[in-house]
Amino acid sequence: MQNGKTVVIGVIGADCHAVGNKIIEHALKENGFNVVNIGVLSPQEDFINAAIETNADAILVSSLYGHGEIDCRGFREKCDEAGLKGIILYVGGNLVVGKQDWKEVEKRFLDMGFNRAYPPGTDINISIKDLKKDLGIE
Amino acid sequence: MDAILLIDFGSTYTKLTAIDIENEEILATAKDLTTVNTDIMIGFNKAYEKLIQNIGNKEVNFVKKLACSSAAGGLKMVAIGLVPELTAEAAKRAALGAGARILGVYSYELNKHEIDEIISKKPDIILLAGGTNGGNKDCIIHNAKLIAEHIKDVPIVVAGNKNANDEIEEIFNNAGVFYKITENVMPKLNTINVEPAREVIRSIFMQKIIEAKGMKKAENFINGILMPTPAAVLKAAKVLADGSDKEEGIGELVIIDIGGATTDVHSIAKGDPSKPGVTLRGLQEPYAKRTVEGDLGMRVSAISLFEASGTRRIKKYAPNTPFDVEERCKFLQQNVNIIPQTDEEYEFDEAMGMVATEIAMERHVGTIESVYTPMGIIYSQVGKDLLNVKNIIGTGGVLVHSRNPEKILRAGLFNMETPNYLKPTNPNILVDKKYILSAMGLLSEEYPDMAVRIMKKYIVKA
Repeated sequence: MQNGKTVVIGVIGADCHAVGNKIIEHALKENGFNVVNIGVLSPQEDFINAAIETNADAILVSSLYGHGEIDCRGFREKCDEAGLKGIILYVGGNLVVGKQDWKEVEKRFLDMGFNRAYPPGTDINISIKDLKKDLGIE
Repeated sequence: MDAILLIDFGSTYTKLTAIDIENEEILATAKDLTTVNTDIMIGFNKAYEKLIQNIGNKEVNFVKKLACSSAAGGLKMVAIGLVPELTAEAAKRAALGAGARILGVYSYELNKHEIDEIISKKPDIILLAGGTNGGNKDCIIHNAKLIAEHIKDVPIVVAGNKNANDEIEEIFNNAGVFYKITENVMPKLNTINVEPAREVIRSIFMQKIIEAKGMKKAENFINGILMPTPAAVLKAAKVLADGSDKEEGIGELVIIDIGGATTDVHSIAKGDPSKPGVTLRGLQEPYAKRTVEGDLGMRVSAISLFEASGTRRIKKYAPNTPFDVEERCKFLQQNVNIIPQTDEEYEFDEAMGMVATEIAMERHVGTIESVYTPMGIIYSQVGKDLLNVKNIIGTGGVLVHSRNPEKILRAGLFNMETPNYLKPTNPNILVDKKYILSAMGLLSEEYPDMAVRIMKKYIVKA
């Protein structure tokens, strides 16, 4: 059953981890989302352009290689510039290098304008549940 | 003897080609100046007389007369999309593949100023796209409303988000706009679907544009002006590469057409990465792709060719030329009918042709970029990988009349100095010596097997 919501997903920056990206696509489709997967090695602009053309409801950004913080800077501002004001932004994966306190990392991403951030090893179903709640379809 | 007459109403010349059906040979060719401003048939009849003379004293019965046209400015189009790199680009590619001259590409919601600009450019057809199916429809509807309000006399091809079609239909019906709706040029993100739009553009071209350009009269004598000339070349390229039902093709190919005003590149190739471990990014490329470089030409665009390349790049191919490069280019643009006479003049024209080939190919082919990641270097490709394309074919006056077409075409091949451009590495280098490509595109409409065989016969090693 389609739930009528469109989600753009992809792996940001110079990051070519493709497996998790495929799992996320699969899980979202199982849950009725229309998934637009822009794949690995994706700059911010590609997420935003895809969201504009497909009229997406949310953008889910993955980052596995530890440079997520650098790659995600200014994402929310760019969305605002592109007319995607208020679009739901999630981020998850191995977002930073080293053993850092998750609470602090999460705060950094929330301060950047992401609606939610997920630590390594999060079950995708948790994010999907949140997403349904945030989109008001559950 | 039964024969077929193929006609190209070009911007300057009306070119005729007579094909002997039985022997599958070119019987004769002839040309005369195109006379679209007075009566298209005057120039045609003059060329036709010459053709009959050239055929000699054989009795010829033309069973079919087919034409293509780039007269009266060709098919001029404006493409409109949403995001510049996505639906606007897809719309542009669809229009180019339909053989159009692109006057402008517009994106996002249009404003009144842009509408005025479009009107002043006087397009023959406007291609309106925007949004994937199920995606954004606000933009295309906004643009349709503006068009309906301000532009009533230009045919519109709608090839955007299918969810917007009902509303657009209503808007255009109420305003009395002539329009046709077809499949989305980008139905899914990064997936391109240009053929349906190309077909609709072609049908409008036959139905309306021929008449608007004062060429309807020609259709009393011939069976029809079927398509714009560049579309005929692309069609010939496709059937030559892929083959027909009975005849095998020659495989993936690139065609380079250097003209006085533009340099066209056609490629018939999938363009998937030829090396393992390369990630393909961006908008999908059409299998039959055409690009037009309006700033690379031998005469009308000589100055812009100089501006795009510079003295050093031209001198690379003509190191000892006695001419000042900039002055010579200016001179050629002011004297467009100059035909080189001396060795130095020949050398200079060749160098210009090589630069046009090199730059046009750089813009046509895909590029590869190495990305440094914590896992080491990985490669990311945008556009078509043409490294393994088997054939490169030269056409157009400069190449056909050149003393050394192979040398000019070699400038379009892979070069270690700029290894990120995915140009052909070791193709067969061929020349369309008899200038038959557009005629063969027409012939292939009804006799595809014969068209392939004739092309194999007449398109030869440079």
